[in-house]
Order: sequence, then structure tokens, then C-alpha cells
Amino acid sequence: MTELIKTPIIKWAAAKTAEAIKSGEVSAVEVAQAHLDRIDAVDKKVNAFLHVDTEGALAAAKAVDEKRAKGEELGPLAGVPLALKDVFTTKGVPTTCGSKILEGWIPPYDATLTARLKDAGVVILGKTNMDEFAMGSSTENSAYGATGNPWDLSRIPGGSGGGSAAALAAFEAPLAIGTDTGGSIRQPGAVTGTVGVKPTYGSVSRYGLVAFSSSLDQGGPCARTVLDAALLHEAIAGHDPLDSTSIDAPVPPVVAAAKMRDIRGMRIGVVKEFAGEGYQAGVMQRFHESVELLRELGAEVVEVSCPSFTLALPAYYLIAPSEASSNLARFDAMRYGLRVGDNGNRSAEEVTALTREAGFGPEVKRRIILGTYALSSGYYDAYYGSAQKVRTLISRDFDAAFAGVDVLVSPTTPTTAFPIGERADDPMAMYLADLCTIPSNLAGNAAMSLPVGLAPEDNLPVGLQIIAPAMADDRLYRVGGAVEAALDDKWGHPLLEEAPAL
Amino acid sequence: MPGITREEVAHLARLSRLELQAEELDHFAEQLDVIIGAVARVSEVAGQDVPPTSHPLPLTNVMRPDEVRPSLTPEQALSGAPAAEEQRFRVPQILGED
Repeated sequence: MTELIKTPIIKWAAAKTAEAIKSGEVSAVEVAQAHLDRIDAVDKKVNAFLHVDTEGALAAAKAVDEKRAKGEELGPLAGVPLALKDVFTTKGVPTTCGSKILEGWIPPYDATLTARLKDAGVVILGKTNMDEFAMGSSTENSAYGATGNPWDLSRIPGGSGGGSAAALAAFEAPLAIGTDTGGSIRQPGAVTGTVGVKPTYGSVSRYGLVAFSSSLDQGGPCARTVLDAALLHEAIAGHDPLDSTSIDAPVPPVVAAAKMRDIRGMRIGVVKEFAGEGYQAGVMQRFHESVELLRELGAEVVEVSCPSFTLALPAYYLIAPSEASSNLARFDAMRYGLRVGDNGNRSAEEVTALTREAGFGPEVKRRIILGTYALSSGYYDAYYGSAQKVRTLISRDFDAAFAGVDVLVSPTTPTTAFPIGERADDPMAMYLADLCTIPSNLAGNAAMSLPVGLAPEDNLPVGLQIIAPAMADDRLYRVGGAVEAALDDKWGHPLLEEAPAL
Repeated sequence: MPGITREEVAHLARLSRLELQAEELDHFAEQLDVIIGAVARVSEVAGQDVPPTSHPLPLTNVMRPDEVRPSLTPEQALSGAPAAEEQRFRVPQILGED
């Protein structure tokens, strides 16, 4: 532990932090304060946080210290600070979803995920920046300004969970929570050099997660190490009677899997369709090296074809906006949020339209209109109905692939982090960032992004995506843990050591 | 597959309760035309024999016992409302004059 103390607290892994608090090497309040100081020092540049709850964080940390002083048992993440995506409700703490329409809204209740974090003694530092209502691939579509990528502040940190990923990469928090509707945990993970996991759909409660696309949205862990992600995964997953889509089954043993570091005998499929035009050379180089590493570690690697994956992006951009257009109807200026134009003469309908015009940003409006179009009577079969059939074809491709292999691998993103503003006015170019991540959301299975080095041409992080069948999330951690350990041995340090100082 | 016109965008905006500005209508019509062109190919591949999937989980309705349990107080429930009166949400007029 003495070696640990030499390193600044903010660089500790969550697992080590929890150990140090448990053994009394450091207090939870000291740990919280170190991170609050770091946020103070760097967040003006990064803009990872929309709201920092200094008082709440210090009170939660103090409660952990008091529990320890009384000799009570502390959980595996007690006292560890965390950054929470602003899409989860937090009792008494603002929740905006990166939107003006919810500016100043203070929820009267906690999301199940929030409550589980609190029960685990996790110290919630604050709420992180995100693309408005989780719609985006860059965290440029927040009503509260873009977040910068700590590797290069002029570039995007990925989206929509860019604030959570940036907080990890900037050492503002050792743990964070994201939501993944089309890749919003994995894609930010890939471009910031952090670990992001989309658990099996239905395995982490969506109660209190402000809905974007209900059949796709999934909360999950973001961390700097695979083991930290696993510890967080176990803290948040599990059945919730308040969510009717919550799976009533035991959580796979992800922590044990992260510690195995042995993939001998595993069968790993390389998805043929995730390569070719549009993929950056350095991303493919690191990907091929990762596949070679998997072989060296004793896995059997085979090529797998999933032909319907090429249709995942179009299907997603019909299904997600369709569900969003319906879910966002609740923002009607009556029960919560903004109200604009209520001058005593206007009707409720007019006030609703004026409020939504003023409160929603361009990406949200674009998707509401696209979804309304796709669901309209004349076009329903051609667009929404067909997209649902593609969803079936994608699930069948996964089933066929998983009949022969334990996990699939691909690059997480076709390119490294692009400059802020570069794709802002070209929605199709922006949507391409989610090309490799979307199939897992449509099928509901589990997937992880793991940092596997820097692209030689721009020195920016590259992510490896690992995909497992539904409820086999432990396989992600088994493969991820082994690859991470092998790479750390090779480099002699975690990848984030190479990130420039802020 | 038909493209999307400015008038259609205006109609969809009305249906979605969005009071879009004139320049937004122009901009969205152009962008949505490109997006719809790019996503339309989903209709070319899925045949009659493919059943649609609307959700990754087989869903069944969930019931809970009909028991009294703590809930939000009226003050808490109304705490985020833009306007409230007599423990109710106060809304602008819903019925017209005629």
C-alpha cells in the first residue's frame, strides 16, 4: 500500500481505492476531496460535469468513514467516487439530460441505479455532460456546451456519454455511468482510452433513466480498468420490479471473470463486415494486433460473417427516432420542465409547441420529425416495419455466429476522435461513428470496448469491441481482463499514462 | 422511395408539436431527405417471410400486489411543474372559445 500512497489518489483504480479506504490507509473524505479538487482544477477546460454535488459527495464519503469507524462491513466499492451521466434521476440534485427543456429540474426521486450506487457506498461526485437526451455521437449536442477529449481538447470525447468518459480520462473520477442506446458507452470509451460496457439489455434497471429509445437504452459501467468496470457492473445490475423490462435472473459472475486472465481454448470470431472503406488505417492496425494477441493468449480465432450488420445503421436510425418521438411527447410544458409562451391567451397546444421549439436542440428536433415520419400511416411498412424485420435478421446473424464462437470482436469505432465541429452539420457522417456498436443494441446482447493502443497517425486511443451473447456478460470481462493484462505487461503501464497533462 | 418536402416537414412538425422556424424547415427538409435516402434500403431486404422484432426481450405484463405503499407527496409530485394551483398542475386553456 505504501507504493500506492506515492501515486496521486486521483490516479488510483477504483478497486485499489476501495481497498485503501477499507484498510484505513486513506479516508473516503480524503479521496472525495482529491477528486473534487481535480474537478476544480481541470473541468473548466474539459466540461465533463454539468453539476458538481460537493456537499452530497462529502456527506456520502463521511458516512462511509463513519461506518468503517464503527467496524461495519464495507462493500467492494464503498467510498469510491463516481461521475453519473445526467440522464439518471437523482433525488434533490438537478437532472437535465443535456437539454434546456429540463434546465433546473430537480427530481423528487432516485433512479434504481442511483439508489443502488448509494446503497453500495459509492460517492456520487456529480452529473456529467451528454448529447441532449443521449442523441449523438460526439457530446457536441449538449445545450450546455461541448465536452473536450482529455487527449486533445479540440476533439470530441465521443457521445452521447462524452462527459462520463472524459471524467475518467481526465482523472476527475475513477468510475462513471453511461447509457448505451446505439453505442454511447462504448464509443466514448474507445475514443478516450477507457473501458465501457453495455450490459445485456434488461440486466440493469431503466427505472429513472430518462427514456430515449426504450427498447435499446441500457445503462452500464465506464471505468479505467476492466476489473473496475466489473465491480461497478455487479453493483448496478440485477432484477428490479419497478422496471417491467428488467430480467429476473442472476447477474453473471463478471468480477470473477475479470480476474481470470486466461482465455485459452476460447473461440473468438472476427466480424468480417466491420472492415474496409471508412476505417482509419491506424484503427485497423491496432485491431489486427489485438486479434494476433488473442491468438498468442491461446484463443482460437475464426472469421465470421454477419451479412445483415451492414443494415444495422439504417434500421437503428428508423427505430430509435420512432421510439424517441413517442417518448419525448411527455415534454409538453405541463408537468415539469420549461414552459414558454404562456401569456394567458394561448392554448395548451400552442404553449406546448412553443416550449418544445425553444427547449429542444436541432438533433432532437430532427429525430422527432424523422420518427414521426417513419411511424406515419403511409410509410410505416416501408420504414419502421422494415427496420423491425432487419432487427430480426441481425439477431439471427448473432445466433448463427454464437453457435460457433464464444465472443465476437471488431474495432469499436471506424476512426479515432474527430475534431469538434467536423461532422456537426452532416448527420450521416456523424451517425457513422456508431457503425460497429449498433447491432448489439438492436439484438440486446452484451458488448465492451477496451483500449488497445494509440493510432500511429494521430496518437489517439483505439478501442477493441468484444461482443457476447445475452446474459453471458462474464465472457466480455474474461477476454477484456486477459487482453488488458497482456497489454499492460507489454507497455509497462496503463494506456492513460500516455495522455497529455491537462 | 419518395423524398421529403419542406411542406411535409412543416406538417410533421405540427403533428409533433414543434413550432419550427422558417429556416429550420428549409434546413431539416434538406437533411431529412439525405437521411431518408440513406435509411430507405431497409425496405429492400426484409421479405414477407421475416417476422418483425420490436423488442429484444419477450415481454409479458407485470402485475404487483394491490397494496398501499408510500408514494410522493402532492408537493413533491408538483415540485417540477411550471405552474401549480390548489395541489394541481395549472395548464393553459385546453378548449377554444367556440
